[in-house]
Amino acid sequence: MKSFLSLMLGLALVTPLTHVANADEAADRGLAIATDRKQRDAGWNNSESAVTMTLRNAQGEESVRKIRSKSLEVADDGDKGLTIFDEPRDVKGTAFLNFSHIGKPDDQWLYLPALKRVKRIASRNKSGPFMGSEFAYEDMSSFELDKYSFRYLGDETVAGHDCYKVEQTPLDKFSGYTRQVVWLDKDELRVHKIDFYDRKKSLLKTLTLTDHQLYKERYWRAHTATMVNHQTGKSTVLQTEDIRFDTGLTDDDFNQTTLQRAR
Amino acid sequence: MKNLWLVSVLKHPWKMLVVLLALIMLASAGAGNLYFRGDYKVFFDKHYQPLADFEEMQRIFNKNDNVSVLVVPDEGTVFNQKTLTLLAELTIEAWQTPYSSRVDSVTNFQHTWAEGDDMIVEDLVLDAEALTAEDIARVREVALNEPNLAGGLVAEDGSAAAVNITVQIPDSADNTPQVAEVISSVNALTDRLAQAYPGYSFYHTGVVPMNYAFATEGQKDMNTLVPAMLGLIVLMLAVLMRSLLAMLATVFVLVVTITVTMGTGGWLGYFLSTGTINVPIVVMTLAVADCVHLIASMQFAMREGKERKEALRFAIDLNLMPIFITSATTAIGFMTLMLSESPVLADFGELSAIGVMIAFAFSVTLLPVLLAILPIKVKAAPEHDGSMERLGRWVVKRHKILLPVSSVIMIALGSLITLNEINDEATKYFAPGTHFRDSVDALEEHISGTQTIDWAIYSGTSQGVNDPQFIATIDGFAKWLRLQPEVDHVTTLSDTFKRLNKNMHGDDETFYRTPMDRELAAQYLLLYEMSLPYGLDLNNQLNVDKSSTRLTSTLKNIGSRETVELEQRARAWFAENAPQYRMTGASPGLMFSHIGETNMDSMIISMIAALILISGLLVFALRSLHLGLISLIPNLGPALVGFGVWGVISGEINLGLSIVASMTLGIIVDDTVHFLAKYKRARDNGKDAEAAVKYAFSSVGRALMITTLVLVIGFSMLAFSAFRLNSDMGLATALIIFIALLVDFFFLPAFLLLLDKKEKAAVESPKPITTNTLTGESV
Repeated sequence: MKSFLSLMLGLALVTPLTHVANADEAADRGLAIATDRKQRDAGWNNSESAVTMTLRNAQGEESVRKIRSKSLEVADDGDKGLTIFDEPRDVKGTAFLNFSHIGKPDDQWLYLPALKRVKRIASRNKSGPFMGSEFAYEDMSSFELDKYSFRYLGDETVAGHDCYKVEQTPLDKFSGYTRQVVWLDKDELRVHKIDFYDRKKSLLKTLTLTDHQLYKERYWRAHTATMVNHQTGKSTVLQTEDIRFDTGLTDDDFNQTTLQRAR
Repeated sequence: MKNLWLVSVLKHPWKMLVVLLALIMLASAGAGNLYFRGDYKVFFDKHYQPLADFEEMQRIFNKNDNVSVLVVPDEGTVFNQKTLTLLAELTIEAWQTPYSSRVDSVTNFQHTWAEGDDMIVEDLVLDAEALTAEDIARVREVALNEPNLAGGLVAEDGSAAAVNITVQIPDSADNTPQVAEVISSVNALTDRLAQAYPGYSFYHTGVVPMNYAFATEGQKDMNTLVPAMLGLIVLMLAVLMRSLLAMLATVFVLVVTITVTMGTGGWLGYFLSTGTINVPIVVMTLAVADCVHLIASMQFAMREGKERKEALRFAIDLNLMPIFITSATTAIGFMTLMLSESPVLADFGELSAIGVMIAFAFSVTLLPVLLAILPIKVKAAPEHDGSMERLGRWVVKRHKILLPVSSVIMIALGSLITLNEINDEATKYFAPGTHFRDSVDALEEHISGTQTIDWAIYSGTSQGVNDPQFIATIDGFAKWLRLQPEVDHVTTLSDTFKRLNKNMHGDDETFYRTPMDRELAAQYLLLYEMSLPYGLDLNNQLNVDKSSTRLTSTLKNIGSRETVELEQRARAWFAENAPQYRMTGASPGLMFSHIGETNMDSMIISMIAALILISGLLVFALRSLHLGLISLIPNLGPALVGFGVWGVISGEINLGLSIVASMTLGIIVDDTVHFLAKYKRARDNGKDAEAAVKYAFSSVGRALMITTLVLVIGFSMLAFSAFRLNSDMGLATALIIFIALLVDFFFLPAFLLLLDKKEKAAVESPKPITTNTLTGESV
C-alpha cells in the first residue's frame, strides 16, 4: 500500500504543472493551495510506520486490523509502498507491494504465505474498501496534483483552525468519487477534514484527521484518521502508532523478492 | 337525563346545532396532524422478533432494500451487442439513483481469472460498444456458468437480465417520500432507455417498488373507488329512504362522523397507513346503519299518523338503546383488534372503535337536531301493508320449513370454512394489470420469483468465516437450499471462495472447491477485496470482523405458509448439520409470512373473546338470558357462513381479510339487536311470538334492508380495487353483511317462534314465563 502518510499529507516533488491554465480564479487559487500543500511536504524521502485500524458497523460490532508499511518517495511518479499485514492472524505475513502511478493503473503484487506465491493483481479498481474498512484504496494513496482538478471554495473554521476549503475532482474515471472537499489550515496546510461525494453526488463519507505531529521539523503527520460512512453508519478509525523517517529504505527494498521476504 | 336531552334536542334544535358545530370544528381540526406512512414496516411492531432479526441483519451487514430492473428483449437473448450496451448503460446510470449504494448486473460483474501468476479482476463487460462476436460468446459462457449471475441477474436461457440497485434509505418515521424519489428516478431512467432502445420491455421489482405499490395502490382507491362507493351510497339512501332531506341529513352526519373521527385520531397521534386509511369507510358503514334506523323509525311513526316531532321522539325512544348497544358491541369487536400482532391493524381497530362511538354520539344528537329542523314529510298510511309486512307474515307462516332449511344451509355452508387457508402472498396483493404485479410475473417467467430470504450465519469467532469447516457448512447449506423446490437462486460466499481457489491455481477446474486451509481462505479474501471497485465489495456478505456471512436466497412466488415452512426446514438443517453456528433468516417477505400466521391466531382468539363479551352484554341489555343466548347463533352464523362461501370462491385468507370478521361483527350484531329489541318490545307489550315477529318485520325490517343494501353495494365497489387487501375485504364484507340479513330475516324469526312455542307449552305447567319476570319498559 502506498504510503499511508501521504494520505495524511502527501508530498513529493512538484511535478511540472501540466494543468491547462484556468481563467477561473477559484481554480487557480485551489491549485495554488494544493501546490503549496504538495511542496511543503516534498522531500520526506522514506518512512516506516505501524497502523491500527478499528472497524465498526451500525450494530456496534468492532474489528481490528494491524499493518506496517514502508514508503518510498518517487520523483515524477506516484510513490512506492510495501505493506505487511499482522492482524487478523489469518492474514499474518501477507505482504502487498504497490507502485503508484499517475494516469495509469498502479502495479500491485500480493504475497500469499499460505500459497507461498506472489500474485500480481491486474485491476483498474482502486475505489473498493481496504480490508473491508471504510477507507478505499484510493483514499490511502499519495496525494498527487495530477490526480485532481482543484477549486477554492472559501474559508471556514474546522476544529478551531482557520482553514481553506478546497474542492478536488478526481480525474481518474475509475475513482469512486465525483468530488472531495478538503479543509486545510492556513498556517501549515495540514488537512483536517475531507468530505467524499459518491457517483450520484451525495455525501458518502467524512474523514477527520487529528493528532497532527511534526517530524523532521517540517513534515506534519496526523496520527488519527476517522472515516465515517454516512450512508451505512459504519466507521473506521486509523491510528498511526509509530512513524520513523529516513530508515535507510531504497528502491531495492521494493520488489517482488523483498515482498516474499517481508515479515 | 334522557328527557332533558330529548327536550333540548326537540325544543332548542338551533342552539344544539351551534354547540355541536363548534365541537365538530374543534375535533376535525386535528386532521391536520395526520400524516401518511406508506412503507411496509408499519405492519410490524418494532419489538416483533422477525423484524428484530431483519434489522439486526441490516445493521451487521448493509441494508439491502432494492429496486431490480428487469430488461426483456422482445426477441432473442440478452447476449448481443445492443442488449449488452443497453445493460451497461443502465448499470452505469443506475448509480445516479438516490440513496443507491450498489449496482449489480451482468455487465459490471467482477470477473476474475488467472494468467500465469497474474490475477485479473475486471468488469465482465468492460466496453460494450467494442465487443466482438468472440467477446460476446465469452460473456455468455461466463454469465451462464457463474452461480452468482445465472438464475439471479441473468435468465438461465438468456431471455432476460436484471440490474439490481441496492439503496440505503435513511431510517426515519416515514420513508414514503424517499421511496417515491427512488422510484421516480428509476422510472425516468428506464423511460429514457425505452425510448433509446426500442424492442425492450422494462419491469421493476424489489422491496422499494413493493413499498411504493403499497403506498400508491391503497391511495389510488381513495381517489377512485371510495368516492364511487360514497356516491353510490348517497344515491341508494335517497332512493330507499324515499326522501331527499333524510338523505341529506344522513350524508351530513356521515361526513361529520368521518371528519371528527379522523380529527380525533390526529389529536391522539395516529397516522394514516394502509390499515388506518380504511377507517373512514368502516365508520361510515356503521353511521349509515345508525342513521337509517332512526330515520326509518321516524318515517314508520309518521306513516302511522304521528306528527313530525312526536315521531322523532318516538324514534329516539325506540332506538336509543339498540343504537347504543350495537355501537358498544361493535366498538368491542374493533377493540379486539388491539390484540393483533400488527400495529396498523391495532391502530385500525382502535380508531374504528373511537369512530363507532362518535357515530353513535352524532346519530343521537346531530341527526335528531337535523330531523327536528328539516321539514321531512311522510304520507300517513296507518293501514300500511308494505313488502315487509308481507314478508313477516310469510315467514311466520312458513317457519316450520324455514327453520330446518335455513339451519341445514347454514351448517352446510359453514362447514366449508375448512376450505380456507391462511395465506399471505404480498406480491399477489396487487392485481394483474398493475405495474408491480406485471413486473413480478415477468420476473417469474424469465428469471426467478421476487421474494427473498436472507440467511445470516454467525460463526461466533472473529475471522470465523475463513474456517474451512464454516465454509463447508455454508457451502452445504447453499447446496441444500438449491435443492429445495421453493428456491430459485442462492448467492453465497462459498462460491466466491471456490472461484478464487480456482483462479489461484491457474484456473484449474479441479480446484473449483472450497479452500482447505484457514489462512489460504483469509488471504484469498484479502486479495479479492483489494481488487474490487466501489460499491461491489463483499461488505453486504461479510460483517466487519468476518465472523458472520449473509447468504441470499431468491424464492419462487410462494405463500406465507410455504415460506415459514422453508425457514423451519432451514433451521432444522442447521440444528442437525451445524448446531455450533447461530443462524437467522429474515426478509420483508418472511416477516409478512410470520405476521400473517401469528396475526390470524390472535384474531381467532380475540373474536371468540369478543363474541362472549358481546353476548354477555346483550343478555344484560335485552334483560333476557334467553334472548342473549339466542342471539349467539345469528351473531356467529353469518361470519361462519360467509367464510364458508369465501372458501369456495377464494379460499385464501390474507391480512386484509383478517379484519373482515371484526368489521362485520358490528353490522351483524346491529341487525340482530334491532330485530330482537323490537321483538321483545312487542312481547313485553303482551303480544304473542307470531305477532311480535310480524311487528319486528314491520318496524325494523325496512331499516335492516336499507342498511344492508346500501352497505353491500357500497362494499362491492371495493371489490374492483386493484389492491387485493381492499378488494378481498370489500367482497367478503359485502358477502357477510348480506348473509347476516338473510339469517335475521329467515332463520332468527323461525327460531324465535320455535323456542317461544315451546315456552308457551311450558306455561301450562306451574313454571312461570321467563319474560314475565323482566321489567318491561322499552329497550
